Amino acid sequence: MSKTLRSNIITIGLVFIAYVGAQILIATGNISSLMKGLLVPLCVYAILAVSLNLTVGILGELSLGHAGFMCIGAFSSAFFSKCMKMFVPGMPGGLRFLLAILIGAALAGLFGILIGIPVLRLKGDYLAIVTLAFGEIIKNIINILYLGIDENGLHFSMKSSLDLQMADSDKIIINGAMGITGTPNDSNFTIGVILLVLTLLIVLNLIHSRDGRAIMSIRDNTIAAESVGIPVTKYKLMAFSISAALAGVAGVLYAHNLSTLTALPKNFGYNMSIMILVFVVLGGMGNIRGSMIAAVILTLLPELLRGVVSDYRMLIYAIILIAMMLFNWAPKCVEWRKKFTASIKARFAKKSAAKEVE
Amino acid sequence: MSFITYLINGISLGSVYALIALGYTMVYGIAKMLNFAHGDVIMVGGFTCYTICSTMGLHPLLGVLISVIVCTVLGIVIEKIAYKPLRMASSPLAVLITAIGVSYLLQNVALLIFGANAKSFTSVVNLKAITLADGQIVINGETIVTIVSCIVIMILLMLFINKTKVGQAMLAVSEDKGAAQLMGINVNGTISLTFAIGSALAAIAGVLLCSAYPSLTPYTGSMPGIKAFVAAVFGGIGSIPGAFIGGILLGVIQIFSQAYISSQMADAIVFAVLIIVLLVKPTGLLGKNIQEKV
Amino acid sequence: MKRFKKIVSVAMASVMVLAMAGCGNNKGGSDVFKIGGIGPTTGGAAIYGINVMNGVQLAVDEINAAGGVNGYKLEVNFQDDEHDAEKSVNAYNTVKDWGAQMIIGCVTSTPCIAVSEETYKDNMMMLTPSGSAVKCTQYDNAFQVCFSDPNQGAASAQYIGENNLAQKIAVIYDSSDVYSSGIYESFVKGAESQSFEIVAAEAFTADNKTDFSVQLQKAKDAGADLVFLPIYYQESALILTQANSMGYAPKWFSCDGMDGILGVENFDTSLAEGVMLLTPFAADSKDEASQKFTNAYRTAYNDTPNQFAADGYDAVYILVEAIKQSGATPSMSVSEIGDALKGAMPQITVDGVTGAGMTWLATGEVNKAPMAVVIKNGEYSAM
Repeated sequence: MSKTLRSNIITIGLVFIAYVGAQILIATGNISSLMKGLLVPLCVYAILAVSLNLTVGILGELSLGHAGFMCIGAFSSAFFSKCMKMFVPGMPGGLRFLLAILIGAALAGLFGILIGIPVLRLKGDYLAIVTLAFGEIIKNIINILYLGIDENGLHFSMKSSLDLQMADSDKIIINGAMGITGTPNDSNFTIGVILLVLTLLIVLNLIHSRDGRAIMSIRDNTIAAESVGIPVTKYKLMAFSISAALAGVAGVLYAHNLSTLTALPKNFGYNMSIMILVFVVLGGMGNIRGSMIAAVILTLLPELLRGVVSDYRMLIYAIILIAMMLFNWAPKCVEWRKKFTASIKARFAKKSAAKEVE
Repeated sequence: MSFITYLINGISLGSVYALIALGYTMVYGIAKMLNFAHGDVIMVGGFTCYTICSTMGLHPLLGVLISVIVCTVLGIVIEKIAYKPLRMASSPLAVLITAIGVSYLLQNVALLIFGANAKSFTSVVNLKAITLADGQIVINGETIVTIVSCIVIMILLMLFINKTKVGQAMLAVSEDKGAAQLMGINVNGTISLTFAIGSALAAIAGVLLCSAYPSLTPYTGSMPGIKAFVAAVFGGIGSIPGAFIGGILLGVIQIFSQAYISSQMADAIVFAVLIIVLLVKPTGLLGKNIQEKV
Repeated sequence: MKRFKKIVSVAMASVMVLAMAGCGNNKGGSDVFKIGGIGPTTGGAAIYGINVMNGVQLAVDEINAAGGVNGYKLEVNFQDDEHDAEKSVNAYNTVKDWGAQMIIGCVTSTPCIAVSEETYKDNMMMLTPSGSAVKCTQYDNAFQVCFSDPNQGAASAQYIGENNLAQKIAVIYDSSDVYSSGIYESFVKGAESQSFEIVAAEAFTADNKTDFSVQLQKAKDAGADLVFLPIYYQESALILTQANSMGYAPKWFSCDGMDGILGVENFDTSLAEGVMLLTPFAADSKDEASQKFTNAYRTAYNDTPNQFAADGYDAVYILVEAIKQSGATPSMSVSEIGDALKGAMPQITVDGVTGAGMTWLATGEVNKAPMAVVIKNGEYSAM
């Protein structure tokens, strides 16, 4: 068994074990409502972290607009699902959700390409700020988008819902800042885990393929990659749009988990993009398993702190975040950890050697 | 006539952005890190001045002075504890994330100390507004002070960097840390000094921001911080005159798009202009073009 | 490094299992009513959540000191939702695990809609102190303490029209806020049947709420003699300051969100002179209930209560009244309490600090009279 295969199996095995564990807890009734409610969001954030790692860790470009793609996936799919719910009530929920996922992913991927073409010409921090700008533009536009469908066809406005000229205000589907309410609750933990595993398979496969190696060569040295004939723009776009499409999938999952969807700065603004970036950096750039685990830890942390220190929870969260970053990344800590694990290893080796002698 | 009013409003908003952007660009230019906590240091500056002037009732100038001192110390402490250990980390992103952690920390500490209630900040500026054309055009005292202090700070910074030995050391560090060290420059000290200066600027920006827009909450700094970051990139991040021009332009574009296009889409338009500028000039208006070598 | 990652993942997995196994379905104690509260206590909307939390706590302490409801004490657990739909569901699940039997929340509309979906599934009684969107009470288990948005906009338009306050009106509203845009839309609809004309409607967004020079300039250029501000008082304070510095002095009219402006620390209240607002609560009003509440709140939290605190305070008393009416006991299940309370809600009448003689429709909407007040000499006085 090759080393990469083993590592991939461990990654997917971890998800599988977590899934089975959670199912057992649910079946035996030993799970708190909080944890049960967190299962789908955990999948959402894990998918987001894995997908962003493709851009940041594998392609090596800093993106601060990942939440924008999530936003597109969320709103397009919620729009679709609500239309279907209103006009084709007979459609089975499973089929509707499948189509919603495809639509969300396709649209987010499309935007990934459209935005990627200009953005990927830039470098470093300039690229980061432009992706942030695109993310904010998407959020801003969605916030002033008014869309409704009635017997007279599609109504559209970018000013206020009054400009839609619709008799029945219940038929307004996207209502500006109020967003979309009444999205069918199609997400569940099993679908979330399936989507997470699919995401992992796509990303891990890509990394270990010829294309993936080309993408990493661009990260390590663009000029050298170009000189050996690797089409840099094509591969950059490829990684960027796949990453965007997967963020769209996460958005679909997010939108169908809550009955109301609004594009607030908190959930689709740059704050969220940065939060996803935190998962990626904390988990290790290019380390898919690490970013998944970091997403889970950092999503659970503030929720678990609710029970312990309700009033100071965000403060403690911030301190733990800084401490974890220092512990994980500071060269001195890395060195100390190496020494520490080496000493443990040595002790174990001694013990087993001693045993053998006996 | 309303055009001129909008222009003046734009400049007064832009001058606040410019002032914040100066601090941003200074830290970025030398330490090569996006300090996401800069906006929150501004907030700390605002609260310090508020405490001194409004709660204790002392003289506004004393308030400005003390908030400069507090922010400078804070900047140095943050740098020592949170950023310095990560300076040699294998990825430059590590320190960016820590900066975000510091930003959360400052916001939440302020929330615990001062509460979430908005405080009305008493302006430290004691200058009468200038009225032109029969009261049709009003230029606030705050606007004048902000622009003047912006220009003065800009000139002082440029003189400091280009004419003094310490400033030259900063330039050397920004060019090449390793080489600077070999030349006997104290790299750590220089970077700490940069943070100290950047935070002192943040304190002044905080006081003037709150004087111009007198509402103070623990989250006051975060949005202007991001806008100023955009302004700094707009003008070419690392370039001191660029930050000034970028800030003013950003303010004017924002007000004009609110006035003539749509007040709801102002942000989208500002960001769209930023994108177009960066696509035409990938390193901002006054940024240096760096040729990549193999 | 690799080994370290492994250690972390093992540790993580065990933490997860422990956390999940933490608490199952624990039943509430049989002698206390457990009330769950949900609202933002951190983040940009923290001011609303913290006020509601304090108001709720104050009322609960008062009731417990007076011997409780039908001999049962109240207990409250208030959780932070950061004004985010997803976090609010987490907060709801947290209080559910704690054993909450009824919910006071959420404080803001978007989270409220998300949580109402969950409480409906559990048939848990939900009383939102300040979630004013119509959709907040879309299910039969949800009730409001505050006015709904359309109600406020229409009432404002009617008041301005009937009292002939102005002919040319400008509106400045926050298009990214559910509360503000909801009132704006119903105001425009209500204005159609009135004699005045809306000459300017200028929006701003949450990302751009410090500079209002453009909106004010447009209102001034359009010749508006009254500006309607369906927004919260923090932004209103800035608008009043900026209008003053540009020498624009129209009449100002606002809704309950304006309440609290006199309590903004260090605010020059002379700027708010003559501001009119329709509000169910006024911290400075002279009636006995309001004064008692305001004084108690000041003593407990060293802060002037605003509308939100009053809503939270009333919410507890409303629940108490409904418990008394229905004869619910803590030993009943969540769903039984839900059924009992929602049956009792349309039958009760409550005199609270946010309105006398409040009654409820079975749909969840409250029926109370807004008070029109004007700010004179830094104090509210009835118009």
